[in-house]
Amino acid sequence: MSTVASKKGIGAFIWEYLTTVDHKKIAHLYLAAGGFFFLLGGLEAMFIRIQLMKPQNDFISEQLFNEVMTMHGTTMIFLAAMPLLFAYMNAVVPLQIGARDVAFPFMNALGFWLFFLGGIFLNLSWFLGGAPDAGWTSYASLSMRSEGHGIDFYLLGVQISGFGTLMSGINFLATIINMRAPGMSFMRMPMFTWTTFVASSLILLAFPPLTISVFLLMFDRLFGSKFFDVAMGGNTIIWEHFFWIFGHPEVYILILPAFGIFSEIVPTFSRKRLFGYSSMVFATILIGFLGFMVWAHHMFTTGLGNVANAIFAVATMAIAVPTGIKIFNWLFTMWGGNIKITVPMLWALGFIPSFVIGGVTGIMQAVAPLDYQLHDTYFIVAHFHYVIVGGVVFALFAAAHFYWPKMFGTQLSEKLGYWTFIFFFPGFHLTFFVQHFLGLMGMPRRVATFLPGQGLDAGNYISSIGAFLMFIGVVLLLINIVVTSVKNKKVANDPWGDGRTMEWALPSPPPYYNFKQTPLVRGLDTWWLEKMEGNKELPPAEPLKDIHMPNNSILPFIISSGLFIAAFGAMYSPLNVVGDGKPWGVPVLILGLGIMFGTMLLRSLLDDYGYYIPKEDLVDDEGKGGRAG
Amino acid sequence: MNVTEKFTPQTWPEHPETATMEGKNKFIGFWLFLAGETVLFASLFATYLALKDSVPDASHPLAKDLFSLPLVFLMTMILLTSSLTSVYAIYHMRNYNFKKMQLWFAITVLLGASFLALEIYEFNHYVKEFGFTFGSSAFSSAYYTLVGTHGAHVTFGLGWITALIVRNAKRGLNLYNAPKYYVASLYWHFIDVVWVFIFTAVYLIGKVG
Amino acid sequence: MGNEQLKEPDFNVRFEYRRKKSKEEMRFQLISFMLMIFLTILAFIAVGSNHFPPKFVIPFLLLLASVQVGFQLYYFMHASEKGHTFPMTFMYSAILVAFVTVLVFMTIIWW
Repeated sequence: MSTVASKKGIGAFIWEYLTTVDHKKIAHLYLAAGGFFFLLGGLEAMFIRIQLMKPQNDFISEQLFNEVMTMHGTTMIFLAAMPLLFAYMNAVVPLQIGARDVAFPFMNALGFWLFFLGGIFLNLSWFLGGAPDAGWTSYASLSMRSEGHGIDFYLLGVQISGFGTLMSGINFLATIINMRAPGMSFMRMPMFTWTTFVASSLILLAFPPLTISVFLLMFDRLFGSKFFDVAMGGNTIIWEHFFWIFGHPEVYILILPAFGIFSEIVPTFSRKRLFGYSSMVFATILIGFLGFMVWAHHMFTTGLGNVANAIFAVATMAIAVPTGIKIFNWLFTMWGGNIKITVPMLWALGFIPSFVIGGVTGIMQAVAPLDYQLHDTYFIVAHFHYVIVGGVVFALFAAAHFYWPKMFGTQLSEKLGYWTFIFFFPGFHLTFFVQHFLGLMGMPRRVATFLPGQGLDAGNYISSIGAFLMFIGVVLLLINIVVTSVKNKKVANDPWGDGRTMEWALPSPPPYYNFKQTPLVRGLDTWWLEKMEGNKELPPAEPLKDIHMPNNSILPFIISSGLFIAAFGAMYSPLNVVGDGKPWGVPVLILGLGIMFGTMLLRSLLDDYGYYIPKEDLVDDEGKGGRAG
Repeated sequence: MNVTEKFTPQTWPEHPETATMEGKNKFIGFWLFLAGETVLFASLFATYLALKDSVPDASHPLAKDLFSLPLVFLMTMILLTSSLTSVYAIYHMRNYNFKKMQLWFAITVLLGASFLALEIYEFNHYVKEFGFTFGSSAFSSAYYTLVGTHGAHVTFGLGWITALIVRNAKRGLNLYNAPKYYVASLYWHFIDVVWVFIFTAVYLIGKVG
Repeated sequence: MGNEQLKEPDFNVRFEYRRKKSKEEMRFQLISFMLMIFLTILAFIAVGSNHFPPKFVIPFLLLLASVQVGFQLYYFMHASEKGHTFPMTFMYSAILVAFVTVLVFMTIIWW
């Protein structure tokens, strides 16, 4: 990419990324934007830990603490973890199944821009009168009473980026169903593709309830409806249910791709095929299914009644079974394997015990009576950070090192990678392990401060020290990225030497058309299979012929901008509960929606047939972009 | 494959909507979208059923006071018929009879528009006669959101099908626009499916009590 | 659809066959439309006549609605044709989630 920039100048470079529909470039965009929001969320986490470092600290005010805490959660889930996973999905899944692009390249770009502008909109709240302050769950009883526009930023921002996520989900599903290379049957699909498939199904079925609940709260706050106004017959439990009908599958939307990443890394560096592939697939689907049946375990203390609590408790415990299957499969993959320790493998090794701790505390909370004790304490905070950091963030770090060569053509420094791990891993356990005990001792979550002499001082202090270690780890990763990019030392197709799936058969980074000839898939671990038979490239499934490619387009960016403008109009609707409605509110809303729908109409009126790369050009490319491989 | 290739009824594929890769993707992607829409509408139905007749005081109208069955019956018949006309359009699309396809889609649009007009009349009637506005109670908010979202879908569908009819009027049917017509008709049927549940769960059960 | 390889006479035979098949299909669609209209009228009568107790009418209405939706999906939306495995898998998953959501909102939201 640096060669493109130096040849055509920075303007052309930016234009290329604004208009790109290439899944590999969209992956770069997701990585950059998700990484940016990850750093923002990390800074917010640091503020939280500095504030809680000692009792009755006054580093930030209570109101600011609430805002920082809300934004930390919201940013990390919606704007960091999911987009970063999308980055790897975009970069890897089409290559793993032997496709030239995703099913809907245009919609892929649209999904990114919606996510990005939604995230920017949410974060503009810092400059426009205060961020949301009702927690990432934004329970209606609390958020209806929140002053200022913070909650409105949350609702509109989450809504816009949620549309983007839904589109990406549909896109991945259609890609995996329709665009697999000949021979790539479902039971030959790499695990990362499988987990992407199941996670995308969860997105498809879990995001609509979020969309609706966000609309309901938005109508209540901005347009005078009464869904959550108890005096007018409203009911705030509706929000809780919708939020968790979405929120619990969301947890699996995050963790399943993380499982997929580790299921790629563990066999690669154990140099042994994944143990129990079919049970792994089965477990993934089962987790996806059960993920929809357990949401009320977030609401045991709401008072749903004993029968409901019992049903949801049992269903929750059942999820431990497929998850356990996966843990054992990874262990058995390593057992007897020829293990090579690299940075990605190190993260995988760190992940297994960390995630097991998070899983075990999860089962503890599934016991409804015990949950009455644990609910809203730091025990919960410790639990979900163990699964989300110990599971998802570790996977993101592992994937960053593992897939960096495939995405950018250079390899992150292993040495600096070890240092990242050395700081981050102990820092993580230091931060969150003590929080279990803080919770058991009764420290409630989401408090801006605590009193001295209650046995909470030492634990909080240790926890904050750990946070600083994690911070150093992330800074080292950033340095690593800068150093690697400056050195710009190109690597070969299969830099790890043990790649098993098809992406490693392609140059790093792959040419923009991915596969010169669609490959023929002859089994699971396609590339490993060919390597073992002494083949230097994948067998082609078709003769060399013209390749059809989609055109770049600026329209996704314009459509997203239209919605972004509309969101400002909606926020200053004359009916809003804040009471500062502007006369221009509704016109701006209509203008924004007009831009959006107008551009969509334009897209449907202008024919876009894409273009063809003539096969003569492909023959000339011999040196640059391998044949099928 | 050339998407703008000209066909005769004989050479026209049996399933033009899935004859190209783009068509296959559109087909699968659109069904997936409809699965998402199913959950979306289910959420609205759930909200409505949870908040049905949930009003601040006894002076506020309830479901059984509001709805008039003859009007709903008329709306239902119109929408059901429009579903049949769009099936006719697809029948002619598969037989490569462009003119008749356009005609039946145009009739679908007309029926859809009259449905929409009746819905607007209905909402207006509730506001004027009963003071039943978007913000008058949790019940009214839930009602207008559910039925209004359906109405918004009808409106979008009308715009979409009209755009297709106008855009392709001069150039006829090809493998590039056939999938577009096909998914538009799927969308239209889905709107009808939602309406079946609305007239059942909102209007008829609302009348029963 | 592999039509390119066929010779002229085969074409016409095939074409005739297709015409006949789609006519037959149309007849099924027409029948299902009439059934749908019939079911709708039945539903309106069940409510409009005021003769039947709600305990009977409500399940009856839901049954009629599901039958109608079946007609819509399988005849009007062509779900009975080949190549609908994935669409229907996802539709039924969605219907399951939809059902659970509605069930919960009718049972454990009471204040």
